Amino acid sequence: MSEWETVIGLEIHTQLSTRSKLFSAASTQYGAEPNRQACGIDLALPGVLPVVNCEAIRMAVMFGLAVGAKIRTPCVFARKNYFYPDLPRGYQISQYELPIVEGGTVEIELQDGSHRQIELTRAHLEEDAGKLLHEGYAGESAVDLNRAGVPLMEIVSEPQMRSPEEASAYMRTLHGIVTFLGICDGNMEQGSFRCDANISMRQKGEKELGVKVELKNINSFRFVERALRYEQQRQVDALESGKPIIQETRQYDPGTDRTRPMRVKEYADDYRYFPDPDLLPVVVDESIQAELAESLPELPQARKTRLIDQHALSADLATVLVQSRQWADYFEATVEAGASASTAARWITGEVFARMHKESTELAEPPVSADSLAQLLKCIDSGVVSNSAAKEVLAAMWKGEGEAEEIIEVRGLRQVGAGADLDQWVDQAIEAHPDEVEQYRGGKDRLLGFFVGQVMKASGGKADPKQVSEQLRTKLQSD
Amino acid sequence: MHERTLLEQAQALQDGEVSSVELTQFYLNRIQAHDESLNSFVTVTGAQALAQAEAADRARSAGEAGPLTGVPLAHKDIFCTRGVRTTCGSRMLDNFVSPYDATVVERLQAAGMVMLGKTNMDEFAMGSSNENSCYGPVRNPWDPERVPGGSSGGSAAAVAARLAPAATATDTGGSIRQPATFCGVTGLKPTYGRVSRFGMVAYASSLDQGGMLGVSAEDCAALLGTMAGFDSRDSTSVDHPVPDYQKELKQPVDGLRLGLPKEFFDDRLDARIRASVEEAVAAWEGQGAQLVEISLPNLPLATPAYYVIASAECSSNLARYDGVRYGHRCADPEDLEDLFCRSREEGFGAEVRRRIMIGTYALSAGYREAYYDRARRVRQLIRRDFQQAFEKVDAIAAPVSPVLPFRLGEKTQDPVAMYLIDCYTIPVNLAGLPGLSLPARPVDGLPTGVQLIGNYFDEARLLGLGAAWQRETDWHRQVPPGFA
Amino acid sequence: MDLTAETVRGIAKLARLRPNPDEEQRLIQDLGAILEFFAQLSEAEVDGIEPMAHPLEVDQRMREDEVTEPDRREDYQEIAPDAREGLYRVPAVLDSD
Repeated sequence: MSEWETVIGLEIHTQLSTRSKLFSAASTQYGAEPNRQACGIDLALPGVLPVVNCEAIRMAVMFGLAVGAKIRTPCVFARKNYFYPDLPRGYQISQYELPIVEGGTVEIELQDGSHRQIELTRAHLEEDAGKLLHEGYAGESAVDLNRAGVPLMEIVSEPQMRSPEEASAYMRTLHGIVTFLGICDGNMEQGSFRCDANISMRQKGEKELGVKVELKNINSFRFVERALRYEQQRQVDALESGKPIIQETRQYDPGTDRTRPMRVKEYADDYRYFPDPDLLPVVVDESIQAELAESLPELPQARKTRLIDQHALSADLATVLVQSRQWADYFEATVEAGASASTAARWITGEVFARMHKESTELAEPPVSADSLAQLLKCIDSGVVSNSAAKEVLAAMWKGEGEAEEIIEVRGLRQVGAGADLDQWVDQAIEAHPDEVEQYRGGKDRLLGFFVGQVMKASGGKADPKQVSEQLRTKLQSD
Repeated sequence: MHERTLLEQAQALQDGEVSSVELTQFYLNRIQAHDESLNSFVTVTGAQALAQAEAADRARSAGEAGPLTGVPLAHKDIFCTRGVRTTCGSRMLDNFVSPYDATVVERLQAAGMVMLGKTNMDEFAMGSSNENSCYGPVRNPWDPERVPGGSSGGSAAAVAARLAPAATATDTGGSIRQPATFCGVTGLKPTYGRVSRFGMVAYASSLDQGGMLGVSAEDCAALLGTMAGFDSRDSTSVDHPVPDYQKELKQPVDGLRLGLPKEFFDDRLDARIRASVEEAVAAWEGQGAQLVEISLPNLPLATPAYYVIASAECSSNLARYDGVRYGHRCADPEDLEDLFCRSREEGFGAEVRRRIMIGTYALSAGYREAYYDRARRVRQLIRRDFQQAFEKVDAIAAPVSPVLPFRLGEKTQDPVAMYLIDCYTIPVNLAGLPGLSLPARPVDGLPTGVQLIGNYFDEARLLGLGAAWQRETDWHRQVPPGFA
Repeated sequence: MDLTAETVRGIAKLARLRPNPDEEQRLIQDLGAILEFFAQLSEAEVDGIEPMAHPLEVDQRMREDEVTEPDRREDYQEIAPDAREGLYRVPAVLDSD
């Protein structure tokens, strides 16, 4: 492998989270009955015309500004002409020669903590196609055009990634950026964030690019890495046994963990791009750019640094928290509501995440608000409940049984701290075991555990072991 | 009644001389009596027309009538009409009933006008003779052996034969002005973006513009005031105030500078038509206009540039007709490719297929730069030529067509010869300017016309010049023998 | 302009048309003549001239991001050659790329 260099470029399709479509006022909501959200424009009825959704333009500009790209103004919509049943006009409205976003850079972080800059070629706006259904239509295909016209932003990178790990890190980084910007819901299962990966191999030191293979429609960080790793090996094997690489489009099958060629078209497509005469050049005023630049939210990288600085979090915890804006926000809201940062970070990335993943039905957000969680975490920090009892409390809160304090009282989970009971149990334990006291005072420190056990037993497990051992230590020494 | 102009009929309705139902029935009767030979209508909407007329009469008795309430008119079958089929002269759309109205239709209906039916046209507005309709050719009311011009041949013939007081039409390369001239009626192509294209089936988006054919320039002014204006559903429509065109008509001709571009009076022009055009020009000079010789040097390139651009855009605009969601679908498709190819091959006529082929070629890899990109640059040059001319003149006078109405079948074998018939109308579309076609002195019993070209949004000036001339002449009032 | 049958067939394929052999001959002739007519464009002096987008050099107007289109599936599918259970039907498409 050492003599080969891997060259990877990614084209990432992000679905912009507008309410209406890119060129029509039909809804973009996911999951409607077939063709209920396909209006005359989406169906390409004769005589209807596209009208640009300003929110999609704003979102693309926000992205451009966030990655330090140039916003091209005016930018131009072009027609990409080809026939397919899911493409009602017989052309897709996209951008070709004059895309809205040009250039830009994103910084990726690798497993070993090192950083790399990946340059973007461009990002452009285009409309999605409809959906073809093949199963269960008696040898026919069925067309659902609800998705036709949904706005997509295609982000094209330079071929600067050198390993599958880098490609996956890049994909994660962009996912973070678009979700933190609030311009994409990032839902990969519904296809809101998916990528095509181009990969080629060349000899180390070689300037020319090798023959590239395009891997289509990958919708998971894990799969992009696996697919590229498989493809990397396949290409190296071929090259080393003297077989040429065929320029083609392949598909990754997660089941077999292999890639396979997709149907080869009879003849090469010639998309005959030209500026769409139904639409005019789009100008983004300086003032709008300035306004959007002003309102840009904090991006994952900056947020992570701030979480580390402001809340004294470890880099690992901060990394986990900024994997989505939702969790970073949840964390900060919990701290804002009074929880200590370290307990909040530990509990959110531990218990809360575990519960979120355990749920069989997908939860958009945790059923316990940041405020409520903070109340529970405060109880932990002040010793009102033990860690293990707190897990039980959270489980009850998750089911909607009430607020932390309520549950603690009802279930009698309050941990016994300093007070009459504890004093009494400690005294009893010392009085009942004079021999052990003697041995302890003679230097057998290990016996402290024995006394703690006695006290815990007497308390029925409610005493805080930390306080118990502190009191025992004081009393055993002083007498 | 049919000898009156649209505005005179509106006046008769207002005066209670006639009801809208009577007027509508009168025109329906004329269509029934005369259209079999002309073939100017694809669909006659008798029952709906009478219902609309009744509503108009009710509105009038309720005191809610506007100036055009109850006046009938016909729509070119390129404008979508909800509930009434819109064929575009194509087998592809033979069964297409639009689920919505075009903005133009909506606005005229809101003004209380009554739709008599949908007029025949060259398929998808591609043609200059109206021989490219799947419903058969339209005949010229002045001579049934001759063509009425195209693509709005049905609208022009219907107005000329007084089967409708006026008709909507569209003009991509001359499709309003050339049939107006061939049939001896008045036709206006407004500034690109003046009238909404929403619901107007697209041929070449950057050139298509809706307008109208009527008896007089004043009639056109009245209709334009209703049809024009910004439409949020058409991104290319322009948000520019709509003046009171009828009021503006009265501006004097005296002192106007009228440009005569030498490239329009070249040797392609039939000398007899030249004489008619010069007679009109002399009349304006007599009313005080100052004649200025001008030059539009890039004009000779307009026709090839136009056909490249129009064909390229049409090849893409017509890709939506694939037999999936509406329109013609071939019987028993073997597979997907068969469905696409056979539905389109069967659904489109020869000229439409020819332009789709040429346009596909002009956009294809390796040719786009030489054809499409270059043509769009030439278009810019032509636009500049006109802009420079309008620094020196207020309007331009020119012929509309280099030839008289020709015989059916005379030019169908030679597409390029057919394309060249539009050489005097095409430059106006390329530049996006308004153009008005007015009937002039006939030649051997066949109509001729003169064209006025104005600066952007200067429709009022053109219509004013037209009205001034029509006050002195009566070419526009002549009804073809047999339709009197 | 010499246009081969192969070129005409390639263009027809891109345009999803299927001319029969007679028409193909006619197209070779007609398209050839039209391309010859277009050849005049090469004489144009267009260096440094920007292609024209809109005659009035206006910019795109945009609409607000609002959902205003009602569900009219029944109306739209009434005019469809083959729609069942709310879906447009086409012959089987082999690969969904």
